[in-house]
Amino acid sequence: MTSTLNREGLLKAYRTMRTIREFEERVHADFATGEIPGFVHLYAGEEASATGVCMHLDRKDYIASTHRGHGHCIAKGVDPVGMMAEIWGKATGTCKGKGGSMHIADLSVGMLGANGIVGGGGPLICGTALAGKLRGDRSVGVCFFGDGASNQGTIFEAMNLATVWNLPAIFVAENNGYAEATSSNYSVACDNIADRASAFGMPGVIVDGFDFFAVHEAAGEAIERARNGGGPTLLEVKVSRYYGHFEGDQQRYRAAGEVQALRETRDCLLQFRRRVTASGEITEAQLDAIDAEVKALIDDSVAKAKADPKPAAADLMTDVYVSY
Amino acid sequence: MARKITYQQAINEALDQEMSRDPSVIVMGEDNAGGAGAPGEEDAWGGVLGVTKGLFHKHPGRVLDTPISESGFIGAAVGAACNGLRPVAELMFVDFMGVCLDQIFNQAAKFKYMFGGKAQTPVVIRTMYGAGFRAAAQHSQCLYNVFTHIPGLKVVVPSNPYDAKGLLIQAIRDNDPVIFMEHKVLYTMQGEVPEESYAIPFGEANVLREGDDVTIVAFGRMVNFASEAAAAAQKKGVHCEVIDPRTTSPLDEDTILESVEKTGRLVVVDESNPRCSMASDIAGLVAQKAFGALKAPIELVTAPHVPVPFSDALEDLYVPSVARIEAAIIKAKEYK
Ligand SMILES: Cc1ncc(C[n+]2csc(CCOP(=O)(O)OP(=O)(O)O)c2C)c(N)n1
Ligand SMILES: [Mg+2]
Repeated sequence: MTSTLNREGLLKAYRTMRTIREFEERVHADFATGEIPGFVHLYAGEEASATGVCMHLDRKDYIASTHRGHGHCIAKGVDPVGMMAEIWGKATGTCKGKGGSMHIADLSVGMLGANGIVGGGGPLICGTALAGKLRGDRSVGVCFFGDGASNQGTIFEAMNLATVWNLPAIFVAENNGYAEATSSNYSVACDNIADRASAFGMPGVIVDGFDFFAVHEAAGEAIERARNGGGPTLLEVKVSRYYGHFEGDQQRYRAAGEVQALRETRDCLLQFRRRVTASGEITEAQLDAIDAEVKALIDDSVAKAKADPKPAAADLMTDVYVSY
Repeated sequence: MARKITYQQAINEALDQEMSRDPSVIVMGEDNAGGAGAPGEEDAWGGVLGVTKGLFHKHPGRVLDTPISESGFIGAAVGAACNGLRPVAELMFVDFMGVCLDQIFNQAAKFKYMFGGKAQTPVVIRTMYGAGFRAAAQHSQCLYNVFTHIPGLKVVVPSNPYDAKGLLIQAIRDNDPVIFMEHKVLYTMQGEVPEESYAIPFGEANVLREGDDVTIVAFGRMVNFASEAAAAAQKKGVHCEVIDPRTTSPLDEDTILESVEKTGRLVVVDESNPRCSMASDIAGLVAQKAFGALKAPIELVTAPHVPVPFSDALEDLYVPSVARIEAAIIKAKEYK
């Protein structure tokens, strides 16, 4: 046994991580051709974080995401076909082409949105958690945010508030080492983001973000505690991004070979595959089959996104208010 | 000597020359150099679009990269301005003013007045605005009107490289807090810019084209659209006067009013949403002070009352177009 997950759970985790990876690799390739508009921030390399956390959540649990939101969306159950169309600016997109990569949201699955404002999600997740707490439905709220966002006042305020109100909120700091071109060694005043937890009266946990099982276990504990009325947790996931801050970033601030070394030695998908096949729970063939299915799904999402219509002129003026 | 450079280079040159001239000028912002604490190159970015590139090495110790803590560092710039420095702080996209507005409008803007004239706050906040990059609702807004509303702030909206340099130099030398609004689509615009340093005074409009039929007042990127529309109207025999106020606060009311006294017809072009906008502000000004001269209703060409959409199909409809401006010119001209 590699974890508390049964075979079905393991296959689901792998499928989710593979879907995120395939989605991001494809967006990367298509962006390079100039076909995808706007700012696109890819999550490749960080799949174990979103997946390890969201495996514990269901629809009534909310997550708040970031500008680097595709992985969180997929892990929370947003349809990749709609997401791809959204990124391509099509009427069939998750948000009708009005939001784009940085604003993909689907409240029907508890996904409160990627976010163009760094640190924007912290306060919001306090609110969804408060609603769940007042209803008494044992739901939780999870705020994903980056190392850069960890320095934003909204995040500090949200963590303090979560403890003051004893909210079922989990703060997942995805420390990928950089905020744009700035290293977290420079921007974060303490050694670890998790060190700040004690100042906000909550447990702080550090976990290896390349290791799905480590994330899954640590997130499980935090979420269970929150569901049982034990209050918030700060979980720092140490990870890395495989691509630039956004597509087009030359990444001159990184060390030569930095990403390649990570891909070869620590990649979450590689580690997962090795572990579950070595333990005999899953066969290589089963994983290969998932790879093929996921590739077909993403191929299909791109074909549809390309063929789908753009929003109609009248759509410009709709959806501003519920009533006006 | 003038030579052609871009709007972005003009801004960089203004910063460079002022930093060389005055040691109290410092620059700060997220990744204004880039690479801090990282294993690769220093000055790896020079700002998210490279506007501050090179300043880090030319002016050691005076280009400060900041954590993503806008309230913290914008406020620190304001405080430093009260204590002898002339900080130029970059708020990357104006949309992010939401997380630090207190330090700007309750602190910087009000010190001089609240403290009975005893404080001065010579801070410049450079910020990028405007649609056209498919950057969606939280990275594309045109919010100079919000700052214009606040007494104590000066607000600058350069429409070309020459103005960008001269107005930024003035902004740095100015003793009041200045919001310096850079339209992201204009960064690549080329124009003649003198190599030497020069300052363009605030509150002096630039009249780009003279004409007797219709006055057009436009801001920022829309000045260029207005000029194009005026050229097209000219071919149809309609002579427009195109006015670029260059600063929304202070506002050169005289140039606008004198022009309307002459033409009797006014089109205002503003990329902002229409409510409480520069468009409605100029319309109010003219209705109040040049009512007798008006021969036609004032035409406002603005974005609609909606957030900025992502899809190119919608964003292109959102931004005022040359065609819409030209139609407004003709409508104003033909009104009897
Ligand atoms: C309030 C605000 N400030 C600045 C930005 C510009 N910005 C977008 S992403 C980013 C870096 C975020 O770094 P981090 O939180 O570590 O997330 P990562 O990109 O590494 O996933 C910055 C500075 C923004 N979108 N919002
Ligand atoms: Mg980061």
